[in-house]
Amino acid sequence: MTEKQSTYDDDTVRWFSFFTMFWGVVGMLAGVWAALQLAFHQFNFDIPYITFGRLRPIHTNAVIFAFAGNAIFAGVYYSTQRLCRIRMASDFLSKIHLWGWQLVIVLDAVCLALGYTDGKEYAEPVWTVDILIALVWVIFGANFILTLLRRKEKHLYVALWFYLATVITIAVLHIVNNLVVPVSLTQGYPIYSGVQDALVQWWYGHNAVGFLLTTPFLGLMYYFLPKAAQRPVYSYRLSILHFWSLVFLYIWAGPHHLIYTALPDWSQTLGMVFSLMLLAPSWGGMINGIYTLQGAWDRLRTDPVLKFFVVALTFYGMATFEGPMLSIKSVSALGHYTDWIVGHVHAGALGWVGFTIFAMLYWMVPRLYRTELYSVKLATTHFWIGTLGILFYVVSLWITGITQGLMWRAVTTDGSLQYSFIETVMILKNYYIVRALGGALYLAGAVLMGYNLWRTARQGNTKPELIPGGAA
Amino acid sequence: MNHRWIESRMTIMAVLTTVTIMIGTITELVPLYAVQSTVPKIAEVKPYTPLELEGRDIYIREGCYTCHSQAVRPFRDETERYGPYSKPGEYVYDRPFQWGSKRTGPDLHRVGGKYPDSWHWIHMEDPRAMEPASIMPAYPWLLKDKLDKSDLQAKMRALRKLGTPYTDEEIEKAIDRSRYQAKAIARRLTADGIKDVDHEVEVIALIAYLQRLGSDIKWREQE
Repeated sequence: MTEKQSTYDDDTVRWFSFFTMFWGVVGMLAGVWAALQLAFHQFNFDIPYITFGRLRPIHTNAVIFAFAGNAIFAGVYYSTQRLCRIRMASDFLSKIHLWGWQLVIVLDAVCLALGYTDGKEYAEPVWTVDILIALVWVIFGANFILTLLRRKEKHLYVALWFYLATVITIAVLHIVNNLVVPVSLTQGYPIYSGVQDALVQWWYGHNAVGFLLTTPFLGLMYYFLPKAAQRPVYSYRLSILHFWSLVFLYIWAGPHHLIYTALPDWSQTLGMVFSLMLLAPSWGGMINGIYTLQGAWDRLRTDPVLKFFVVALTFYGMATFEGPMLSIKSVSALGHYTDWIVGHVHAGALGWVGFTIFAMLYWMVPRLYRTELYSVKLATTHFWIGTLGILFYVVSLWITGITQGLMWRAVTTDGSLQYSFIETVMILKNYYIVRALGGALYLAGAVLMGYNLWRTARQGNTKPELIPGGAA
Repeated sequence: MNHRWIESRMTIMAVLTTVTIMIGTITELVPLYAVQSTVPKIAEVKPYTPLELEGRDIYIREGCYTCHSQAVRPFRDETERYGPYSKPGEYVYDRPFQWGSKRTGPDLHRVGGKYPDSWHWIHMEDPRAMEPASIMPAYPWLLKDKLDKSDLQAKMRALRKLGTPYTDEEIEKAIDRSRYQAKAIARRLTADGIKDVDHEVEVIALIAYLQRLGSDIKWREQE
């Protein structure tokens, strides 16, 4: 056994962590900019590359695939090695994965700015980039699975089940939804049309939320929360139950994005019913997380990591209650197409995904550099302005969403429409400003964090960590 | 069975997970392809003309779907505001579908024939000229940039492979036909008082597409 094999590969983790912060700030900046464009159309500047229609996909792709994506990889690489008590299977595959993913991100961003897009939400990358994504994902999967196969620990810890489900399901979703007949290097037409394309797309879209923004983050929560709280996971039985039911139920819920459209009614109803059932396993995860903090509540006052985790779990619980509620046909009738949905997504994205990432990095980065966090005070400040930012964002969009939904359907006593469409737009402006402010606060928090982690890295060192008992 | 037994076998864990996600996937996706009656055919619905196809690709390129839906729901207020609710058979030539998920602007599925061509021309150059309170971005480059038709025939051939019934002749004469349709739109624009209309610019294709949207079922004539 070489000397290298007796240590964990944390170089890769450090790089993924760096790119998480870097792309996070870039993606959030694009989001704040897009929010400003809605409040003030002048922010489009008549520049094709950054008009709202192109900037919005840049924002969503950057925060989902670049920010959340790199964070998942950082956390998975860190925790998998420790849970298997072995270095990642191949340093070479790790490197290709790391740099291949950054290449994908840059190519995708350039394509989207130039207007090369598949025109399907969260699946915008063109087929050539899609192939690259698939290759990098398979490399990640192979590296991960090989590591599991060589593990020194008999049992797979619950975090690893969630990672494994992520690796498998994302590969299936990505490939099936992106099958096209190419026209040129930057364009292809999907093999599905109309109603079928819509169903495949939202089967993909909803499960991108399920298996890129939920299962990997539950896995990360299961590893990093008990570490940070220094408490064992509350219930092993609950983790088994909610893992299998979540993985089974999630995949059915996609059609709730298409309620009252031309999709067949049986499909809409299936989507609604499974979305309602999804509440149970979602809250199973939340409860397991919150109860793990039993006996550690006093440390919530001082430890920013636990603060971020508690709020992340709270927003997870809230968003996974709101989601099933919005899937009820009569609620969807009001909420669909409005800002309510955008607010709902951001409760999950900013609250659950973002705050889980922040908690993980505040815990992990000091350990990656064998030092303490540079400033607990700055991290606490980040926590408060981040939380405030989410509240501004979500509350303002609840108001605009429900207001607009109600105005669209309002009729006068003689049965004609009460408001023209533009009247329902004009009323939203001030709330859009509040929303942009909420986003800006959240972004400011992330910038503070970047500074804090950079100073943390500078005061530490990168001496490799030995695998306990690893020389065997 | 003891779960610990499964947990210590990665391959079994992976297989079980795959089976678990495939149950819902197959149950929902397969019937929509296998059962023809889920998308009843509408005889009047025809493939897009070459110019409309190019216009549709511009619509996709500019990300119009991020603010406009193309799906009128079967509610009284929506049929009142937009027109008849959308039918599955109307989308059969839409690759990709553009139903959207957000109405920052109004639904566009029934926009075809709602306004004259000149309204769209002015609106794309400056939305505030037609609707002072509009928050839509301006698209001045669409009025200047020439439409790139170099992939037009390749696009039609790709679509034909997927089942869109374009004939050999239609594909062969696609460039001519798109020019013919563009010139007709340019003439209407000039007649409406728009100055210096160039029939080769991108916005003409976009107008052709927008005017086609949701109009195959001829509902405006029936009203």
